[in-house]
Amino acid sequence: MTWDQGLHRTTTVLNGERGTRELTYLEAIRAALRFEMQRDARVLVMGEDIGVYGGAFKVTQGLIEEFGEDRVIDTPMTELAMLYAAIGMSFEGFRPVVEMQFADFISTGFDAIVQFAATNHFRWRQPVPITVRAPGGGGLRAGPFHSQSNEAWFVHTPGLKVVAPATPADAYGLLLSAIRDPNPVIYYETKYLYRSLKGLVPDGDAPVPIGQAVVRRSGEELSIIAYGAMVQEALSAATVLEQEGHSIEVIDLRTLKPLDEVAILATARKTGKVLIVHEANRTCGVGGEVAAIIAEQAFEYLDAPITRLAAPDTPVPYSPPLEDAYRPNAAKILAAARELLAY
Amino acid sequence: MNEIDDDLLQRAHYWMRLTRALDDRGTFLHKQSKIVGGYFSQIGHEAISVAAALSLGPHDIIAPMHRDLGAYLVRGLTPRRILAQWLGRETGVTRGRDANLHGMGDLSLGIIGFISHLPASTGVIAGVAHAIKLKGEPRVAMCFFGDGSASQGLAHEAMNWASVFKLPMVIICENNQYAYSTPLRRQMAIEHIAQRAAGYGMPGVIVDGNDFVAVYRAAREAVERARAGGGPTFIECKTMRMRGHAIHDNMAYVPKELLAEWEARDPIARIEEVLRARGLLDDATLAALLARIEAELDEAQTFAEASPYPDPATLTDGVYA
Ligand SMILES: Cc1ncc(C[n+]2csc(CCOP(=O)(O)OP(=O)(O)O)c2C)c(N)n1
Repeated sequence: MTWDQGLHRTTTVLNGERGTRELTYLEAIRAALRFEMQRDARVLVMGEDIGVYGGAFKVTQGLIEEFGEDRVIDTPMTELAMLYAAIGMSFEGFRPVVEMQFADFISTGFDAIVQFAATNHFRWRQPVPITVRAPGGGGLRAGPFHSQSNEAWFVHTPGLKVVAPATPADAYGLLLSAIRDPNPVIYYETKYLYRSLKGLVPDGDAPVPIGQAVVRRSGEELSIIAYGAMVQEALSAATVLEQEGHSIEVIDLRTLKPLDEVAILATARKTGKVLIVHEANRTCGVGGEVAAIIAEQAFEYLDAPITRLAAPDTPVPYSPPLEDAYRPNAAKILAAARELLAY
Repeated sequence: MNEIDDDLLQRAHYWMRLTRALDDRGTFLHKQSKIVGGYFSQIGHEAISVAAALSLGPHDIIAPMHRDLGAYLVRGLTPRRILAQWLGRETGVTRGRDANLHGMGDLSLGIIGFISHLPASTGVIAGVAHAIKLKGEPRVAMCFFGDGSASQGLAHEAMNWASVFKLPMVIICENNQYAYSTPLRRQMAIEHIAQRAAGYGMPGVIVDGNDFVAVYRAAREAVERARAGGGPTFIECKTMRMRGHAIHDNMAYVPKELLAEWEARDPIARIEEVLRARGLLDDATLAALLARIEAELDEAQTFAEASPYPDPATLTDGVYA
């Protein structure tokens, strides 16, 4: 049994992804860890309850049996020591992947990431090739301490890379890239998608490059720019609009730092109307940065104000009607998109 | 056993039974999908949370953790408010904002809302204790945390702080041998968590956490010491987590014999033995007490289920004071 047992009654199966096997988003993460650990003896994983128990969400299930407890390290409950230790291990040649049980708990190890890991190469040219897996996002009725989308903390910090896969194939490919990257990478996996999203995933060595957005659906009239769990919501909304005769483009950012400015500008110039969607709070969120890039470099192409749809600036509430009001979804995207289309 | 009078024992028994019954009710409501999100059981912790809370006076302050249902009840949080909280209703302690035991704070009852990031309560309670000392008041601040939480740097920083400033603080460490799936031997290389207290210059006491009388005595002594200006005390209560980490966890990783061993030391059975030996409890009085508690919980559940969900229009209320 897992933490999110029974929460997802339906599973979306993606079409259009390339690959050889159908995996859930969660299985894709596990497959990437396995592949990379088999390929590279320097890769090890660590975190709370990730070994014998297989992780709070069972992402690492089976790894300890395959790789042993030296490479699948069940740690004491100490995020700060864990992250600093991972950095230290990287200096000895290892490539640690650290699981934060919930993205929320990353704050307990914040110093290690933003002070030490992020600045190290700049200060004394020693790279810090660690990956921090952060299971983020809401929709699971888990309350303010277990639902946060705190990626902007790290997007703001020079020296880090931040990725946020939205599909099983990207969950796989971006994790391979994150582990191989010589820099500290914060890997935002979306708890909500763990079991609710399935798709084809390539076998073997199929990294997805960090820093490249992807056009999930091509269109002419309006661009929806999203990432993480919001990509599926945007695609659902786009499908409805398409049936109504509109042509909608959906861009999945995939990497939040560095942002793919070329892709962002290309879609803005193409459609002239941009709706940016994210689950994180609005103020100083990634959406603000995307909007600024467009405003600075594609202003003359715009036919409507750049619009952001994000969670309001409140903690993530627990009670179902409150969380539903809080979290962006296909219906809210649809409403915002209609307004923009009518502008 | 002279300081544990009959009245105290009987009150403790009621609170422990109420705690267990409310916990059972929570598990039942979760099975019925009425509790959204997760659910943490505290079975096995009743003696610790009830005894520690009963050792305090009305003006003292506590910062309980997620297995201290008993302490919340003793301090005056009603089953009505707690059940409404679990069901995500407007009448719950956090008005639907937070989940299960998180955030159930009410300073009018001397309770600090639980912070999920363990063991944040140690730091907060050090501040409360420091303020009490600055104000020169005869009050005490008490925090609770587990064996897993004891590994966190903040636990050490707060204990050091409390001792350096000789604060009126009591630390109740609930060593239930597992932190989620992580056994004690993976958490620390020493035998007793209480050994660490010496490193901070405070007494480290070890008690049987399933024995109400033992926990009460130790807590009471620590509270009196703190009140008298003697500084902080660390109390390690040895117990066992009798359910999974949360309701989703079937705890396949816990040896059956270990559970059986602790089942035989059930804290409620233990206090009932003492009560029976003193002639304060028989089958009839127990049945009557349980019936009274079930009626109380039925009423609370009816209240919670009849309570409205929070209005989505109020979503952003309360972000700022
Ligand atoms: C800083 C932090 N990291 C991780 C967690 C997730 N988590 C919640 S409870 C728990 C285990 C706590 O163990 P312990 O302190 O022994 O208390 P117990 O649950 O056993 O009563 C963990 C890892 C957390 N709440 N806070």
